[in-house]
Amino acid sequence: MPLLRRRKVTDSSKSTNSESTIDKQDDKKNQSKRFRRESYSSEKWSCWDSCCWFIGFICSMWWFLLFLYNTMPASIPQYVTEAITGHLPDPPGVKLRKEGLTVNHPVVFVPGIVTGGLELWEGHQCADGLFRKRLWGGSFGELYKRPLCWAEHMSLDNETGLDPPGIRVRPVSGLVAADYFAAGYFVWAVLIANLAQIGYEEKTMYMAAYDWRLSFQNTEVRDQTLSRIKSNIELMVATNGGKKVVVIPHSMGVLYFLHFMKWVEAPAPMGGGGGSDWCAKHIKAVMNIGAPFLGVPKSVSGLFSIEARDIAIARAFAPGFLDKDVFGLQTFQHLMRMTRTWDSTMSMIPKGGDTIWGGLDWSPEGGSFKCSAKKLKKNSTHNTGQNANSNLDDMKSVNYGRIISFGKDVAEAHSSKIERVDFRDTVKGDKLANSSNCDIWIEYHEMDNDSIKAVADYKVYTAGSILDLLHFVAPKLMARGGAHFSYGIADNLDDPKYEHFKYWSNPLETKLPNAPDMEIYSMYGVGIPTERAYVYKLITAVDCYIPFQIDTSSEGGSEDSCLKGGVFSADGDETVPVLSAGFMCAKGWRGKTRFNPSGIRTYIREYNHAPPANLLEGRGTQSGAHVDIMGNFALIEDIIRVAAGATSEDLGGDRVYSDIFKWSDRINLQL
Amino acid sequence: MSLLRRRKPPINESDKTSEASDSKPQKEREEEEEEEEEDGNGKDKNKKKIPSKIKKHEEKRPKWSCLDTCCWFIGCICVSWWLLLFLYNAMPASFPQYVTEAITGPLPDPPGVKLLKEGLKAKHPVVFVPGIVTGGLELWEGRKCAEGLFRKRLWGGTFGEVYKRPLCWVEHMSLDNETGLDPCGIRVRPVSGLVAADYFAPGYFVWAILIASLAHIGYEEKTMYMAAYDWRLSFQNTEVRDQTLSQIKSNIELMVATNGGKKAVVIPHSMGVLYFLHFMKWVEAPAPMGGGGGADWCSKHIKAVVNIGGPFLGVPKAIAGLFSAEAKDIAVARAIAPGFLDNDIFQLQTLQHVMRMSRSWDSTMSMIPRGGDTIWGGLDWSPEEGYSCSKKGERKNDTQIADQTGAASAVSQTRSANYGRIISFGKDVAEAPSSDVGRIDFRGAVKGHSAANTTCQDVWTEYHDMGFGGIRAVAEYKTYTAESIIDLLHFVAPKMMARGTAHFSFGIADNLDDPKYKHYKYWSNPLETTLPNAPEMEIFSLYGVGLPTERAYIYKLSPSAECYIPFQIDTSADDEDTCLKDGVYSVDGDETVPVLSAGFMCAKGWRGKTRFNPSGIQTYIREYSHSPPANLLEGRGTLSGAHVDIMGNFALIEDVIRVAAGASGEELGGDQVYSNIFNWSEKINLQL
Repeated sequence: MPLLRRRKVTDSSKSTNSESTIDKQDDKKNQSKRFRRESYSSEKWSCWDSCCWFIGFICSMWWFLLFLYNTMPASIPQYVTEAITGHLPDPPGVKLRKEGLTVNHPVVFVPGIVTGGLELWEGHQCADGLFRKRLWGGSFGELYKRPLCWAEHMSLDNETGLDPPGIRVRPVSGLVAADYFAAGYFVWAVLIANLAQIGYEEKTMYMAAYDWRLSFQNTEVRDQTLSRIKSNIELMVATNGGKKVVVIPHSMGVLYFLHFMKWVEAPAPMGGGGGSDWCAKHIKAVMNIGAPFLGVPKSVSGLFSIEARDIAIARAFAPGFLDKDVFGLQTFQHLMRMTRTWDSTMSMIPKGGDTIWGGLDWSPEGGSFKCSAKKLKKNSTHNTGQNANSNLDDMKSVNYGRIISFGKDVAEAHSSKIERVDFRDTVKGDKLANSSNCDIWIEYHEMDNDSIKAVADYKVYTAGSILDLLHFVAPKLMARGGAHFSYGIADNLDDPKYEHFKYWSNPLETKLPNAPDMEIYSMYGVGIPTERAYVYKLITAVDCYIPFQIDTSSEGGSEDSCLKGGVFSADGDETVPVLSAGFMCAKGWRGKTRFNPSGIRTYIREYNHAPPANLLEGRGTQSGAHVDIMGNFALIEDIIRVAAGATSEDLGGDRVYSDIFKWSDRINLQL
Repeated sequence: MSLLRRRKPPINESDKTSEASDSKPQKEREEEEEEEEEDGNGKDKNKKKIPSKIKKHEEKRPKWSCLDTCCWFIGCICVSWWLLLFLYNAMPASFPQYVTEAITGPLPDPPGVKLLKEGLKAKHPVVFVPGIVTGGLELWEGRKCAEGLFRKRLWGGTFGEVYKRPLCWVEHMSLDNETGLDPCGIRVRPVSGLVAADYFAPGYFVWAILIASLAHIGYEEKTMYMAAYDWRLSFQNTEVRDQTLSQIKSNIELMVATNGGKKAVVIPHSMGVLYFLHFMKWVEAPAPMGGGGGADWCSKHIKAVVNIGGPFLGVPKAIAGLFSAEAKDIAVARAIAPGFLDNDIFQLQTLQHVMRMSRSWDSTMSMIPRGGDTIWGGLDWSPEEGYSCSKKGERKNDTQIADQTGAASAVSQTRSANYGRIISFGKDVAEAPSSDVGRIDFRGAVKGHSAANTTCQDVWTEYHDMGFGGIRAVAEYKTYTAESIIDLLHFVAPKMMARGTAHFSFGIADNLDDPKYKHYKYWSNPLETTLPNAPEMEIFSLYGVGLPTERAYIYKLSPSAECYIPFQIDTSADDEDTCLKDGVYSVDGDETVPVLSAGFMCAKGWRGKTRFNPSGIQTYIREYSHSPPANLLEGRGTLSGAHVDIMGNFALIEDVIRVAAGASGEELGGDQVYSNIFNWSEKINLQL
């Protein structure tokens, strides 16, 4: 439309043009007649025309270039890249095919939260014409066109955690469900392409797509997804000559598959009735990628105030903009309401309480992780002595155990110096008077100022008390979540209560299946600062706003500090801290423990993050970031080798860059 | 690129005008040159004359050449295009419907909405079995020339690659002509899921409307399953290569189990009908060759089979396709533009390439007419004889005229087409009584060596091996009935038919208990298998009628240029009385499948307890009379009876939904017949 507006300007210049023609007439009266005739035949040359000319010129050039681009042989981009960066290594699929690897075990992918596509099957009036179109994934076009309608359809019923009446949004099925998240943003596509190089195709690859908004057991209740996965694994094993499957879950899919392994062996009404040797018979290996076995601190900030670091940083850059809500849309609150109807977000609340995540004055990572460690790592071992010295500073400054602190001073002070007022007994008052204009359902409106203040007065929350906090600020949400997930540590795993499905996705409250031949891998990236604890502040009580916010003004003293924008970070893959991804395989399940009675072998494979060298490499082939790691050549090579039949010994056992074994040792868990 | 090239001529034009003005007085001419100078390309000579003035002019009035006009023009178009696009996107979604309603009056509710109001709900899980051609295929491994097409659709979608790299495309779409499986280094696999066949190309629906209608009453992916398979392979090979039959079995079992034991309603379309016949035999056969589901698998898992446009007994079109790679569509194109298709300006030998490709697909042989002369008629009789093409027009009149039409058709019967002669060489042969046709048996003819300069070796069609002797012998047999057609195909394409007969059979069984019928090659032929033992199952045959459908052909020898297929449909043969048009005799049907093939089994072969249907499965015929869409806004119409467009026929969709929601055949109203199928079936003398 700016094009149209520009025409005004052209009119004025047109008039100057005609003025100049008048001048000309004065100059050359002789020719004026002739001139007019001529100008008549050759049209006037106004700016309006030059606009058109300009656009036409650009269009033609564009088409011409497009034509050239299309006729260009496909190998040119690669050729250019090679010319600039030197010879590229063969992609792992090609390399391993040359080594003679071929299809062996069928492969099952279990996508994580957010990455799976969702499509509309039935909607309200406002979603006309979107039948079987993607609401989640793809281009997200509808999010911009009709945001409120979109949020309405993506939400679930906040009582049942299932479909709201009149709306059916269902997961996309097949490999397309999660090969690309958005156009050009791969998730599984690179892995799929490399597996295809050694001969895999759709009959030997299965994408266990599920509706990632639902709690795990509800995917079975509503869509029979778990039954589907069971049936498909059985089919693939049967049609591939009895070769067991290699399962590759990613992110939340790891927890989903833990749930599946318990479900499939449980007796029929609640479980799949596969018998106690189903896993032993059908699964060769589970290769977990970026596994949040013990939850992620990010989910706490997501649930508490719907902000993760990304948003917190955006706030720091443009304070006011996100809060002002010029359009009256209350974006944040809408998002919060939507995500709070998704039960699955509660599957990633940190599990194991203070025993795992640390208390007021200690944490497993305490002191030994240095945020600048990444840079130092490249130096020789010469420097390790120095490192040990500098660790002393960190020991003092970072209390990772305090996952939420109100104020930077509180986060850093010694526990004996903090005055805490217990919030649990505070009686919630009536709703604030004029909360009527907030048509948005978030439970904060049902809290009065006193209880909000009570929350802030408790000052510091550890992993254990965080649960109480969430129960306090969002009782309905947590009541729904508590019916599907559990976050504790089992004292006695034989207690019959642990047969309930809500414990199945918590590795600290279940036993692994009886399958001594199975192998469990935990593969994750390291070397990227990952959210681990937060500094919060109270904000002035405007009605429709969330009363708590990450205090983006709190920064650590030096550049090396782990505190940035109100967030303490630790080593990890940008989403999952090393502790959560590695602990179970490093200690909890290592050897025969009470969580792993049959002694399934476990392995840790870490991938050190290296950012892409230049823009041509896209998201890089050595990335360790939570999603980008799916394109990491070393990881893909490991997976292909296992799928082609290698055992962990062939891979070389553990491969560790972080201090995960040291940290695991500090955790005092009965095994 | 044409745009760039166009710029040249306008410059010439301006030169011409300047030449033309030579005749004008000198003074004027000079002035004109000056002005021309102002407009156009500068000439040094003139510039020197009045340099200052002209420069001034040039600054104030930019040049206006034809190149500029072009750019201006394109700019205008682009701007208005964007404007319209913007308006289109800003337009409320209900607008097109509103316009349509304003023109054609209020539209009837789509069947899904209508039945939802009646209170129907999703009940039985539904299985779709797509037909030949409509299923998408994608590339999993290819040669160098197919770089960058990994997991892109080769078949279906936009078919972009056909135009970009046609030879590469043909190479990848072909199968190995010995094994009928993948060629070395190429893996093309069927797309899976509902997307496999919901739309064939953008905007060209196949299953999409049915899926949307079912979704209205509550169906979703857990209760709908698209049994996509590689339609190029022979049916048993889909199991050998992809384990497709096992997948279908497993998915039906899963759907029945997760839907509280409610049996599945299977909806095959076109060749999918034969595929599912094969499946039903396979699933109950013991394990090494079959699926080992046990003798009661079908009765436990299937409520009804709702066949849409089923070519149970094959289609004559398949013969024209195999014999000379032309169906009516191509024959018509030849009539309109003779020479063009044959000339092959680009040396691409399009037809031969297509023929080579489609001949490597075993599945095309599944649709060769079955049952020989018993079903399709002999030299002097056919079940449909007496059918007159003009009948369609008269049908709208009252029954009062029935007597008249009866009389009229009795008269025209003498002039009726001999549908039994599926291929005749020459129109006179097709019409003469059989005693007058002098035939020389071709079967003994020795094939000569291939003619000397068969340099066109790069195109594999077996005609090159035949030699002139063989070709002439074929033409001298003059007319072929359904039975001798098979011999003919064996003669002209022995390799292909050897592959085909290993997977398909086209006869009629004398004794169905003969153990040889346990072989899988008989499973897709309803005349050589028994239906499963499932007395509660129902079989429907739903198809369109009222469209002329290919039934028999008149061929001619084509001038024997070396690389051409030596036989061609004689497009010059026309005869309105006997339904002959452009060399093709047509009969009632859905444009692809004649009524006889779609209806006979359900009308007679399986009706009641017969030897083909020992457990007495109920069969129903539901015909849908074709009426073309009233105007362009209706798209492909909601009352169509055409082979693929019928998938959007509201009446058919309603029937399918009712069955899926639990109705039985009786509740639908039993048979619904417009054609003479019962009449014609009577004439077929088949032991039951």
